[in-house]
Amino acid sequence: MSKLPIASIVESVVDWLEEYCAFLFDFLALIIEGTVDVFSAVFHFIPPLLLAVLLAALAYRLGRWPLGVFALAGLLLIQNLELWDGMIDTLALVMTSAVLSIVFGLPVGILCAKRPSVSNVMTPMLDFMQTMPAFVYLIPAVAFFGLGVVPGVIASVIFSVPPTIRLTNLGIRQVPAELTEAADSFGSTAGQKLFKVQLPLAMPTIMAGINQTIMLSLSMVVIAAMIGAQGLGTEVYRAVTQLKIGEGFEAGLAVVIVAILLDRLTQKAIKTRGKSSK
Amino acid sequence: MIEVKELTKIFGTNPERGVPLLRKGMSKQQIFKETKLTVGVNRASFTVNEGEIFVIMGLSGSGKSTLIRMLNRLIEPTSGHILIRGEDIVAMNDERLRQLRRKQMSMVFQKFALLPHKTVAENVEFGLEIQGVPKSVRRNKARESLQLVGLADWEDSYPDQLSGGMQQRVGLARALANDPDVLLMDEAFSALDPLIRKDLQEELRELQEKLKKTIIFITHDLNEALRIGDRIALMKDGSIVQIGTPEEIMIRPADEYVEKFVEDVDLSRVLTAAHIMRRPEAITLDRGGPRVALQLMRDNGISNLFVVDKARTLLGVLTADDASQAVKEGKRLEEIMIRDVPCVTPDTLLNDLFELVGTTRVPVAVVNEERRLKGVIVRGAVLGALAGSLRSNDEGGADIR
Repeated sequence: MSKLPIASIVESVVDWLEEYCAFLFDFLALIIEGTVDVFSAVFHFIPPLLLAVLLAALAYRLGRWPLGVFALAGLLLIQNLELWDGMIDTLALVMTSAVLSIVFGLPVGILCAKRPSVSNVMTPMLDFMQTMPAFVYLIPAVAFFGLGVVPGVIASVIFSVPPTIRLTNLGIRQVPAELTEAADSFGSTAGQKLFKVQLPLAMPTIMAGINQTIMLSLSMVVIAAMIGAQGLGTEVYRAVTQLKIGEGFEAGLAVVIVAILLDRLTQKAIKTRGKSSK
Repeated sequence: MIEVKELTKIFGTNPERGVPLLRKGMSKQQIFKETKLTVGVNRASFTVNEGEIFVIMGLSGSGKSTLIRMLNRLIEPTSGHILIRGEDIVAMNDERLRQLRRKQMSMVFQKFALLPHKTVAENVEFGLEIQGVPKSVRRNKARESLQLVGLADWEDSYPDQLSGGMQQRVGLARALANDPDVLLMDEAFSALDPLIRKDLQEELRELQEKLKKTIIFITHDLNEALRIGDRIALMKDGSIVQIGTPEEIMIRPADEYVEKFVEDVDLSRVLTAAHIMRRPEAITLDRGGPRVALQLMRDNGISNLFVVDKARTLLGVLTADDASQAVKEGKRLEEIMIRDVPCVTPDTLLNDLFELVGTTRVPVAVVNEERRLKGVIVRGAVLGALAGSLRSNDEGGADIR
């Protein structure tokens, strides 16, 4: 039996999309580029030292002093290694793809929770999105958007949105049946039930999903350096291609510091929310 | 006020095909065998009067929770009608149904179903918030409602800071805040400790007397049903097997199933003095002396005799020993009768009679508010009633020996 023409089918679909949906891609590119620019402009505007102190203060407020010390030391180290600009670019990309993931993922997650049929369709798609090697997304992304920041964000959104969708779905489904019944029995509309009962109760789970999404998009943003998304990934990528072990380690270390900070900060934010509602 | 007609719920695919089978008289088990349809509620029909507590009682799986959820259509009925003041709830459109749930019917849940992220007051306001009532108005309503259940000082607490009993009071306050005509209570007290449960049962009765709400109350506990229900419907396998007052159900169980239920009931909390009292023998003060009294006792084979006036107002009691002593010494009835007679009213619970009957030397008299003699409690009758023999209560006599 001859080889099935999956590759050529995918290519012709991509061609078709390129030809007829160009306006859509342009529009998307405009939004993404705009968001990235805003984030990066804001972060670049704040002097490194001030930003480090601000983040450390935030870490101290949310967590305890070790986290604050770690934030300050880590960020100063990045500044010292002259990787500050790369980190800012990476942060801007991560924030952009996180925001897009939430904007897209939350409603889809809610829809999945409300309609089993949507959930049945979405589950295999989510599996596909998460297990497909991340690099593969880079190719069509480049085809549609060219090299640069935009395809990087697109690829990382695709890669990182599933946890938000899954955990939003799960969180809403886990709301005790008696509570949704109570909402119904007092004459709630579907919207009132969602916003006054289901979402608030699902919030811790949803936040856990958003935390995962942020972590995944960080990992993808680094990979996206291969197609020209600026940031720490660029440094890592350069070090790899030039076999510069030391520089590679420095850039890798910076990524680790950013990752730990993002993870702890978002997690602490969830816990503080939980506490304040008690 | 509420009239339920042939209300049926069948679970499964194309449940409508089960309805004619039920009409043909097939049982739940037969229908499941042939069609894989599960009958939840089988043609339940009953009427709930304005201002009464109507208890639907049955074991788990009897369909009572399904039945109550059909009343506000949290579960859609398969067939049948529910008329509230003549309007069919089953036929209501979404908007009308929402109005019904907002204004006319509120529900109290077994596990309280309070919103953990809202304070007690915010929880109580929930129904009004949904109706779009302004904040200050609904806060006042919530306070009034919390006052009713005795939780006025807790409005700013969160539900998880309250005990189970208090949480359910909040649940009740939330249901009352809408000022509904009908309260649906789904096993509302089943998750509570026995003592707390009893308190709440009493409070519910008091509240109901004050507010005159129509209450439909689900329970699996017959003692609870008997204690709070004006009328009780017993369910088995999705069908209602008997509807009646607590007494009717206790004394005339419709079938073996009900009888079995009733067997385990603590009769002492259901039966009253009126059920077990016997016709009292008494002597009217002006119409005889000790000699007549002794004769009466001898004739009836008893050793005590009540003394009454012409209007049968209880004056005292006479013992045989005292009477024969009086005959010898020529004393009058007034001089020898014991005036300090233990008295109870006809609606005194058996439970409250034990101690009295156990400690008194003379028989316990049953009198009405005007102290007219209505009956006598014999110690043997109390025990007999508990043993389940509630037969003839006209054998007369006031023998406690």
